[in-house]
Amino acid sequence: MSVRVEINKLVKNFEKVEALKEISLKVEEGELFGLIGPDGSGKTTLFRLITNLLVQNNGTIKVGDYDSRKDFKEIRKITGYMPGRFSLYHDLSVEENLNFYAHIFNTTLKENYHLIKDVYSQIEPFKKRKAGDLSGGMKQKLALSCALIHKPELLILDEPTTGVDAVSRKEFWELLKKMQKTGITIMVSTPYMDEASLCDRVALMQNGNLLALETPENIVNQYSGDLWQLSTSNMIKIIVDLEGVGNGIKNIFRFGEKVHITSSGIEFEELNKTIIDFLEPKGHENIIIEKVEPQIEDCFLDLMDEN
Amino acid sequence: MWPFIKKEFFHIFRDIRSMVILFGMPVAQVLLFGFAITTDIKDVDIAILDNSKDNVTMELSNKLVSSGYFILNENLKSNDEIEEAFQKGKIKEVVIFENDFAKKLKKEGRADVQLILDASEPNTANMISAYTTGIISTYSMEYIKRNQNIPVAIITETKMLYNPELKSVYMFVPGVITIILMLVSAMMTSISITREKEVGTMEAILVSPLKPIQIILGKVAPYILLSFINLIVILLLAKFVFAMPLNGSLVLLLAESILFISMALALGILISAISKSQQQAMLLSMFALLLPTILLSGFIFPIENMPVILQLISHIMPSKWFIIILKNIMLKGVGMEYFWKETLILLVMTIFFIVMSVKKFKLRLE
Repeated sequence: MSVRVEINKLVKNFEKVEALKEISLKVEEGELFGLIGPDGSGKTTLFRLITNLLVQNNGTIKVGDYDSRKDFKEIRKITGYMPGRFSLYHDLSVEENLNFYAHIFNTTLKENYHLIKDVYSQIEPFKKRKAGDLSGGMKQKLALSCALIHKPELLILDEPTTGVDAVSRKEFWELLKKMQKTGITIMVSTPYMDEASLCDRVALMQNGNLLALETPENIVNQYSGDLWQLSTSNMIKIIVDLEGVGNGIKNIFRFGEKVHITSSGIEFEELNKTIIDFLEPKGHENIIIEKVEPQIEDCFLDLMDEN
Repeated sequence: MWPFIKKEFFHIFRDIRSMVILFGMPVAQVLLFGFAITTDIKDVDIAILDNSKDNVTMELSNKLVSSGYFILNENLKSNDEIEEAFQKGKIKEVVIFENDFAKKLKKEGRADVQLILDASEPNTANMISAYTTGIISTYSMEYIKRNQNIPVAIITETKMLYNPELKSVYMFVPGVITIILMLVSAMMTSISITREKEVGTMEAILVSPLKPIQIILGKVAPYILLSFINLIVILLLAKFVFAMPLNGSLVLLLAESILFISMALALGILISAISKSQQQAMLLSMFALLLPTILLSGFIFPIENMPVILQLISHIMPSKWFIIILKNIMLKGVGMEYFWKETLILLVMTIFFIVMSVKKFKLRLE
């Protein structure tokens, strides 16, 4: 069972901030939909509007046939919501947390154990432990179990991987993929751009605007311009040293251990010479520049830079 | 509903701070008020200026000194010495018998005693004068009985009902009950609800199919029970440590307390609805509830002595009415017919706050 979500010209203003500026998007049934964007871009607000924890100033949200304003009680029944910060009771044990959430959604752990088995079995050995004593990854799995316990048709996850180690993050996405196969519609937000490629489609948000709404492949394909990867012997102060490097270079940003440089209308030889001439006097050696294929993060940074 | 309440109990029992506030504080407050901040007097230094020196004044002086409240510091010889005696700073009161005291009492049926008090501590001075007056009037009663003749008056009789010995413990127990119930019910619930807001669990509860009234009941039910336990602890302490009587009906007392607890819980929910953090909830409870309860309810400062404006404000303090009810039940031992008005006021306030709090409690974040 799954539902589709239709958002039409959604506007939300807080006292001084326009949190969402006429956002429209559709999430298909059974889709794993990602909302990517930096802090304060409006992701959480969008989720809170869908669950009607906040009310929009304008525009409509439909979850299945339900309208978020009129039928919010129905929507809440079929929605599993995992707020940022996990919303667990730290002084209750794993089992007690789960039982509590099962209870408030009128079900029991026993009854719906099969629904959360994949997730819960990983933390079940620690079921007597207090939630506050769990690692980030385990908290996240517990929170996910709590959100799934009432067999929702729509699962909304607000930054589930924030503050969680890389291995747990990977495991978590594998779990989401598995869950998607059961037919549930999943909306997940994350500030980590590399996670975007794991979604069916992603929406890139910034300052309440929707910058892109595409499959990850299409976002990469639409990338225009050239992308170069730079490494030298002194990567620590490289960004500072590159300041004011000159024409044709659009953007410079760190990418893992390396630095990515975007340019347009400039050939490799020219770029290579410019940079080497610029960096060598500042004590850099082994300067290597190579052309690389853009990854989704590059596309996002580029899109965000344009706006 | 039960799992929700059980969860709330886990929160309380697993948090040492809550436990201390809930169970340590009532006991500490009762004992503190009872022993440390006592307004009873004991061994007060006085001086006597006996202008008559007859058998009556001698007897009266002896009564005063042997009462245990006063110590005779000095016998004065003339009015000129009074000022000096006070200036030394040790004595708090001078008792002056007029000339021919016994004679006048016999012939005219009245004689005057003058009390001069060091009023730099007004409360103590009041207390001392009341005690002295009490002893003198007891004596004059005895005198009349003994002589079996026409009534005599030494001084206008001061009648002190309900608390003849002016024991302050009788005054503070109703006050402490009120404070504790207010604190536990209003402050603890408002904090526990705002804590869920702060930690983010409220968001998850709100999106559940629970109705506002269910959420509220789940949150407050444990505190009803705990307040009740506290009430009983205070009553037991009052009875067995301070020998305070409970003259009225215990059932009535408990029933009225439940009314007051409900009112305080509703206030707590209201506070949690308007505060964003635990600290804010705590400060609001402190300043909006606790201080007025202590200051304006007549618990410490008599309402009759306040400026009119404060007297008016005190009418809207639920605690004022509750203290009146408590005193009626505990000290006077009277029944509902004597304080149905106060009960009605409290009931109206309770209903008002409950309606307000359910209305204010939103299923949204704004």
